[in-house]
Amino acid sequence: MNGNAIISAEGVQKYYKGGAIKALDGISTSIQKGDVAVIIGPSGSGKSTFLRCMNLLEVPTGGRILFNGVDITDKGVNINLHRQKMGMVFQHFNLFPHMTLLQNMTLAPIKLLKKSKEETEKKAQALLERVGLGDRADAYPDQLSGGQKQRVAIVRALMMEPEVMLFDEPTSALDPEMVGEVLEVMKQLAQEGMTMVVVTHEMGFAREVGNRVLFMADGHLLEEGTPEEIFDHPKHPRLQDFLQKVL
Amino acid sequence: MIMEWLLQVKEDFITCFIVKDRWKYIVEGLGNTLKIALVAVLIGVVIGTVVAVIRSTHDKNIQNMRPGLMWWLLKIGNWICKVYLTVIRGTPVMIQIMIMFFVIFTTARDGVPVAMLTFGINSGAYVAEIIRGGIMAVDEGQSEAGRALGFGFPKTMWYIVIPQALKNVLPALANEFIALLKETSVACYVAVNDLTKGGEIIRSTTYIQAMPLLVVAALYLAMVMFFTYLVGKLERRLRTSER
Repeated sequence: MNGNAIISAEGVQKYYKGGAIKALDGISTSIQKGDVAVIIGPSGSGKSTFLRCMNLLEVPTGGRILFNGVDITDKGVNINLHRQKMGMVFQHFNLFPHMTLLQNMTLAPIKLLKKSKEETEKKAQALLERVGLGDRADAYPDQLSGGQKQRVAIVRALMMEPEVMLFDEPTSALDPEMVGEVLEVMKQLAQEGMTMVVVTHEMGFAREVGNRVLFMADGHLLEEGTPEEIFDHPKHPRLQDFLQKVL
Repeated sequence: MIMEWLLQVKEDFITCFIVKDRWKYIVEGLGNTLKIALVAVLIGVVIGTVVAVIRSTHDKNIQNMRPGLMWWLLKIGNWICKVYLTVIRGTPVMIQIMIMFFVIFTTARDGVPVAMLTFGINSGAYVAEIIRGGIMAVDEGQSEAGRALGFGFPKTMWYIVIPQALKNVLPALANEFIALLKETSVACYVAVNDLTKGGEIIRSTTYIQAMPLLVVAALYLAMVMFFTYLVGKLERRLRTSER
């Protein structure tokens, strides 16, 4: 069953203050190749924490995370090499303000993968064009709108040719009229077969693009299934209650 | 009456600077003062950056780290940095330079390099706190984005955090340089031929008091005003760029 799992979580815990606060209380699931897994749940449910555990930006206090079968929570593992294969997109974009868009995108491939500058810049330019920003390569992030920044953040992560993309509430900091343009890029990505894990409040996206939906509350994974199962036939009372509030 | 005074001023000026080519003391001193201040501020920025990185890393991460080799290195490094900051900021620079000359580098022939080193070490302590403030002010999301791309801690610092921190504190660093420029005048006490010393040599050979002192003061003022002007330009440029 786990043959195609890119990421497996096994009883992942994140405790603060020696267990007084349990942000994650034993989460087990796995992300298969080609999955578009959408994590939903009320705020404070631990969904962002769980996503950040997947590339160890948060170090779990218990349990294991397997990435392509390797336990990355093991101390002897070089996490930097594994992170190169996991792209991440943040709520607040986190573009580097002291660099142009082109520099933002080429920094990691050139410095970490030792790719040639020329080839990398060509690829960055092509990706910028794909998200409709081909003429802004030499602009600085502060000259862009929120939606444009997030599109650049997505293609910056793609420059590393990741095997999986993690999205941490990618549209939550955007003005409403810019949400669509970012979701559109993500949808294209999903259609091309990229494996994605998305924490979001966009239920429309979860239903339309996701092939699996995970519902979290209070640090527990309460229910997971196809969008139809989750949205049309929710079983857990917490999920029913949550959907009633957001839909 | 006024004519008389003007004539006296003219005569003093000639005695102080023209006779026996005494202006050379001033020019040599001016050059050394600038050299000492420039090299010292560079040494200061290097020391200050290292100290600031150790201190801010310690303050941000030590609680989330598992005890191990890195934990101990960071603990010890932070302790050394704290001792350095306390000692350097807690003692007068005058005493520091005398210790350097009369206790540590007793055989040094040329005082200028020793002065550069002394003021560099001294300035590093102040620069460290400036840069530490700059590093702490860079959004945590920046280093998270770096690490998520696969950069390790040192590379994240070098490519992403430090450039932003330095840019933010550049005006403060430039002001530190201006303060340092004036501070270097205490070097004259240990026989370094800086600007102050140049004036002192003229004063003690001609027995004229006002002329050399006022000229030296005017030269310091001119330098400070010039660099203040540059800092102002720099600040305006930083404000407008990238927007």
